[in-house]
Amino acid sequence: MPESVDIINSLVLLANYVIVPGIAYGSQLALGALGITLVYAVLRFSNFAHGDTMAFGTMITVLVTWWLQSMGVSLGPLPTALLALPIGILATVLLCFGLDRMVYRHYRSKRSEPVVFVIASVGIMFVLNGIVRFIIGPNDQRFADGERFIIKAREFKELTGLSEGLTIKLSQGLTVVMAIVVVVALFWFLNRTRTGKSMRAYSDNEDLALLSGIDPNRVVMITWLIAASLATIAGVMYGLDKSFKPFTYFQLILPMFAAAIVGGIGQPVGAIVGGFVVAFSEVTVTYAYKKFVGYLSPDGMPDSLLQLLSTDYKFAVSFVILVLVLLIRPTGIMRGKVI
Amino acid sequence: MSHTIRSLLTVVIIAAALVAIGQLQSWSVAFAIINLCLISALMSLGLNIQWGYAGLFNAGVMGFAALGGVAAVLVSQPPVPEAWSAGGLGILMAGLALAAGVFIILFARKRMVEGKLRNLATTVLVIGTWFACREIYGPAAEAIESVDPAKTGYLGGLGLPIVIAWPIGGLLAAGAAFLIGKVALGLRSDYLAIATLGISEIIIAMIKNEDWLTRGVKNVSGLSRPVPYEVDLQQAAWFKDLVVRFNESKLAGLSDVAREAALHQMTIEGSSIFVKACYALLFALVLAVVYWLAHRAQKSPWGRMMRAVRDNEDAAEAMGKDVTARHLQIFVIGSAVIGIAGAMLTTLDGQLTPGSYTPLRFTFLIWVMVIVGGSGNNLGSILGAFMVWILWIEAEPVGTWLVQTLTSGMADGNALKMHLIESAPHMRLIAMGAILLLVLRFSPQGLIPEQVRR
Repeated sequence: MPESVDIINSLVLLANYVIVPGIAYGSQLALGALGITLVYAVLRFSNFAHGDTMAFGTMITVLVTWWLQSMGVSLGPLPTALLALPIGILATVLLCFGLDRMVYRHYRSKRSEPVVFVIASVGIMFVLNGIVRFIIGPNDQRFADGERFIIKAREFKELTGLSEGLTIKLSQGLTVVMAIVVVVALFWFLNRTRTGKSMRAYSDNEDLALLSGIDPNRVVMITWLIAASLATIAGVMYGLDKSFKPFTYFQLILPMFAAAIVGGIGQPVGAIVGGFVVAFSEVTVTYAYKKFVGYLSPDGMPDSLLQLLSTDYKFAVSFVILVLVLLIRPTGIMRGKVI
Repeated sequence: MSHTIRSLLTVVIIAAALVAIGQLQSWSVAFAIINLCLISALMSLGLNIQWGYAGLFNAGVMGFAALGGVAAVLVSQPPVPEAWSAGGLGILMAGLALAAGVFIILFARKRMVEGKLRNLATTVLVIGTWFACREIYGPAAEAIESVDPAKTGYLGGLGLPIVIAWPIGGLLAAGAAFLIGKVALGLRSDYLAIATLGISEIIIAMIKNEDWLTRGVKNVSGLSRPVPYEVDLQQAAWFKDLVVRFNESKLAGLSDVAREAALHQMTIEGSSIFVKACYALLFALVLAVVYWLAHRAQKSPWGRMMRAVRDNEDAAEAMGKDVTARHLQIFVIGSAVIGIAGAMLTTLDGQLTPGSYTPLRFTFLIWVMVIVGGSGNNLGSILGAFMVWILWIEAEPVGTWLVQTLTSGMADGNALKMHLIESAPHMRLIAMGAILLLVLRFSPQGLIPEQVRR
């Protein structure tokens, strides 16, 4: 039997490498997937440009952050990016309004097939990708400042006397707080306000909503407003937690889509559930359990890494989940839109 | 404007652009562009078969093209006997174990009644198979990768002529397309797009990380060629005669020494152009065959059925057509064409560099070609590929020149000027997106619209 201190050590180890990163990553994915799912629910297409919308919003926030930093402005322990975030959101919202006016509105009035919207979103993806690379370049950018950790591994060890440390980065804590605030606000809006209800009605049955006197353009604008804000917040949080690189943001659409479909596309609750399902699957499958088992097993550490999948294959995880859902329950966990 | 005039005009414009590149830059550059145009045309033909004939959104062109590249390596590279003896057996055993596992799972699922127990059994079997395979595969892969890692570190290929890899690449891509199509077809069209986007990323990840198979990011270079090498050409007497005959007028007035030097230079240039022209001939041949087949298929009753399925799935289904099976069929065929093109591309490059596969260049650029050329029209997608590839290549020098002209008023070393010049190449992404959006909006049928026959 392992000693109780070893059990605690193993749990702390797991918390440090699996649970804390999983929660943070899950929140980021959930915010991104919410944007995708809302666009899907109201505009009825898969927005391939969502990752690049995220990149655009993050880029503006990064630029404003750098400007603020050069002016000597700071938020003390919090990252300056929080101060720049509203400007990033505003710019992204304006961008989405402009794109809708110039691109999507035409197809909406023609009642084009969803796949035409998807192709248009591919065009927008190209343009945004080019703009972001043109302005900030294709390389990694770091813009986090302020305090880095809430709990450092060393402090945790000293505090508890355990041999395993627990690190919680400030960016991870911020992500979770931000996600909770945003999600609560979003659900309050969707379920309690008149506009939110009209949005749900429009998503549920477009013709009926039009007959009831709901202004479709207003609904669409509000959808873009929310989607752009969510994308920017998700992008900035991801960038603070890891780093900002345009290509990584483009690749994020895969886990985000997986999250939206797993949860049931068009279902806000589903997007959140899906985000955490995808994030935790990715983290648990690519984590090497060698040390964890070492604490629990009487024989000490095993020879092999006990890693199910190397981290290079983390896309495979979202993909496998996606395939499983498509095979077993194509509507997703929360029974989303018809397939 | 009638179809023929439109097509002719487009061909003339493309030819004029290529001639201009040949005269202004160099003929070597022009032929390099033609080669990639031909390969891109084959890819966009494959995508057009999927999208234009059947309305399937394939967002994984990159993956299928990369599988073609893998085929080129596996077919043409010489085998590495040391690696085979080190871990070849282990890899084969792992493959067998995987096959056995899959067989057991399918068998168990067939025998058991639907329900929780069956799902549980499936899960247990899947995990069991996974671990069993890894147990055998891990040490074998490691053993192979440690065989002279700087030079080989992989199993090598079959040592066959590389042209054989082209159809094999098509088969590999078709196999992958069959698996993915089985899962994602028959659901919403967007799901296929996301599933193919996913599979293409996974294929690239595998090529990057499975060093025992493809050497991963260490790249496999020096692939064999279906055409002669430049160095051999430069030595060959018949080639020198050819160069002299081509450049008689230029050489006529020169003194002996100058003539010798000029001839040397011309032979070097000429050999490079000759090799590229040989490639162009081969690629054009493949493209012509595939185009002819695609064209015949489109005009046949089968093509008519595909259009019916595309334009009204419900009506086609009511007439007794198996929509999902037809979709799967066409998805596999289109992917095979893309796989062939991918193998050709790796042959042309002479190396497999997994790092060079990016979705914007390999998936979405092909989409721009098809949409610009005209969805549903084979000739359109070929011409679209030529136009878009020329624009894609030339947008870089033109963009740089444009930025340099615009910023010429600024002082040298100005931070903004430096940044603009450095970032100019990214402008081509913006240009491509803008072209796609403009065509989609103002000319949704593309350059050469689909001809609808009654």
